Amino acid sequence: MTKKIKNLNLNFGPQHPAAHGVLRLILELDGEVVEKADPHIGLLHRGTEKLIENKTYMQAVPYFDRLDYVAPMNQEHAFALAVEKILGIDVPIRAQYIRVMFCEIGRILSHILNVTTQALDVGALTPSLWGFEERETLMTFYERASGSRLHANYFRAGGVHQDLPVGLERDILKFCETFPKVIDDLENLLTDNRIFKQRNVDIGVVTKEDALDYSFSGVMIRGSGVPWDLRKSQPYDCYDQLEFKIPVGKNGDCYDRYLCRIEEMKESVFIIKQCLAKMEKGPIKTFDGKISPPSKKEIKQSMEALIHHFKLFTEGYRVPEDEIYTAVEAPKGEFGVYLISDGSSKPYKCKIRAPGFSHLQSMDYLIKGHMLADVPAVLGSLDIVFGEVDR
Amino acid sequence: MRNLIDLEKKINSELTTKINKTKIRHNQIYIEIDKEDLIDVLLFIKTNKDTKFRQLIDITVVDYPEESQRFKIVYLLLSHEFNQRLIISYFINENEVISSITSIFPSANWMEREVFDMYGVNFKDHPDLRRILTDYGFEGHPLRKDFPLTGHIESRYSEEQKKVINEPVKLEQNYRNFDYESPWEGTKYIKEQTKTDDKKN
Repeated sequence: MTKKIKNLNLNFGPQHPAAHGVLRLILELDGEVVEKADPHIGLLHRGTEKLIENKTYMQAVPYFDRLDYVAPMNQEHAFALAVEKILGIDVPIRAQYIRVMFCEIGRILSHILNVTTQALDVGALTPSLWGFEERETLMTFYERASGSRLHANYFRAGGVHQDLPVGLERDILKFCETFPKVIDDLENLLTDNRIFKQRNVDIGVVTKEDALDYSFSGVMIRGSGVPWDLRKSQPYDCYDQLEFKIPVGKNGDCYDRYLCRIEEMKESVFIIKQCLAKMEKGPIKTFDGKISPPSKKEIKQSMEALIHHFKLFTEGYRVPEDEIYTAVEAPKGEFGVYLISDGSSKPYKCKIRAPGFSHLQSMDYLIKGHMLADVPAVLGSLDIVFGEVDR
Repeated sequence: MRNLIDLEKKINSELTTKINKTKIRHNQIYIEIDKEDLIDVLLFIKTNKDTKFRQLIDITVVDYPEESQRFKIVYLLLSHEFNQRLIISYFINENEVISSITSIFPSANWMEREVFDMYGVNFKDHPDLRRILTDYGFEGHPLRKDFPLTGHIESRYSEEQKKVINEPVKLEQNYRNFDYESPWEGTKYIKEQTKTDDKKN
């Protein structure tokens, strides 16, 4: 007698510690082998793009912090660059260094979170305890510069909101001296760890061709051996004046992506050091009074400054009619803003291109034929944050 | 093609009949085409050895409710080989169905689902056209300009029914949209008034 065997449908999430947020993954299992994965997203959809259409350009910035909330300033950067390009304004060199430095801090923030939580997903607890301590230090840097640990709202079109407080540069430099030791400690725990390798090597392999077809970017494409980094290929702000290397993987599996992230953190530290060395005193935002608000002191003395202040914080600045796509290399990949302005003080359309969206889309392709236990490992190495996937 | 001007020339000469307009701005090429030529143009620029736009970055729509052709469909493409970006666009009417490009770029799957969800544009030959970002059972297309910012329904947990229920949105105060047009230039209605006055004189 033959028995009919039916595949099992399994609901993974939306409340599952390894789902990295609110992912509902519907898995079709044949025994322990995954036949099909259908991610249901949108549980964190907040209508960011719609809200931005109804806010002025300055009011739109905080929404970008809430996309990929582990590296907020990198998102703001894309929006600031888009507006700057349309307005055709220059950013003072000090502001460029500050922005690049904080973007690299954001990269470290994101990579620490990813590397350590991936380790957590495959069974190692200690790295996350060590890594989160460093994240805490980095977030105090965020707080000292912008006033907020996470939702910074620090970048502006034409520069940054305010100058760095006294002593911050020294403390960041101090961090740069001690942090490489922590990366080494993490590597000691993970890189040659037998269990970590068993769970990651040859899992979720992406070939070069598929990485292109599935619109991968960032570590996902570099892990597969494509040396593509927007910081090098389409440099923005002062990246062309800085020296850094692009780590590239060989096999395109979860383990190579982990190695890429570790190496990228080391490069980021190197970039931050260069920024600190090259940074000189100077203005931190554009002098154009029609775009950047006047200082408090000026408002008290000058009528014109007062009018500017009033106009900027009610109506906002106007942006001429144009259409542009700008992308930055966010920690997770290519983060882009497709902006259409219509001459008013609000964007007509602001499409946000989140790297995680295309990465998560390929879940079905990545996980097909793997075991159920590999799902968290693959999901972890995709580096998904639901703020940006759902928008 | 190493340089954008050469690329523009190349595209214009190879696809003469299919290209309506090209321009170079912000170091990117913008191309306007007709709806019917989408597949041909995409296949050409993806496979041709001088263009090699291998990666689809995003698909999106711009809504112009006042225009006769309401939606502008936009495709953002990237060529790693030549380090160039290309933006293809065309206009369609509200109820038109456009062809899906999932067979050319697999990553278009979710992007088209998002466009369908947010703007209600339908795709022909799409393998799995479902809503993606909005809630199960959601009605309407949020990113259309005529969809209100507050939405139509709000959810809350009902203590009596012991479940989450949906109700029509009730606001104590409506969302206010201020007319910030500079008073020196006059607000909209004054401008229209003066225009008609000028015509009379």
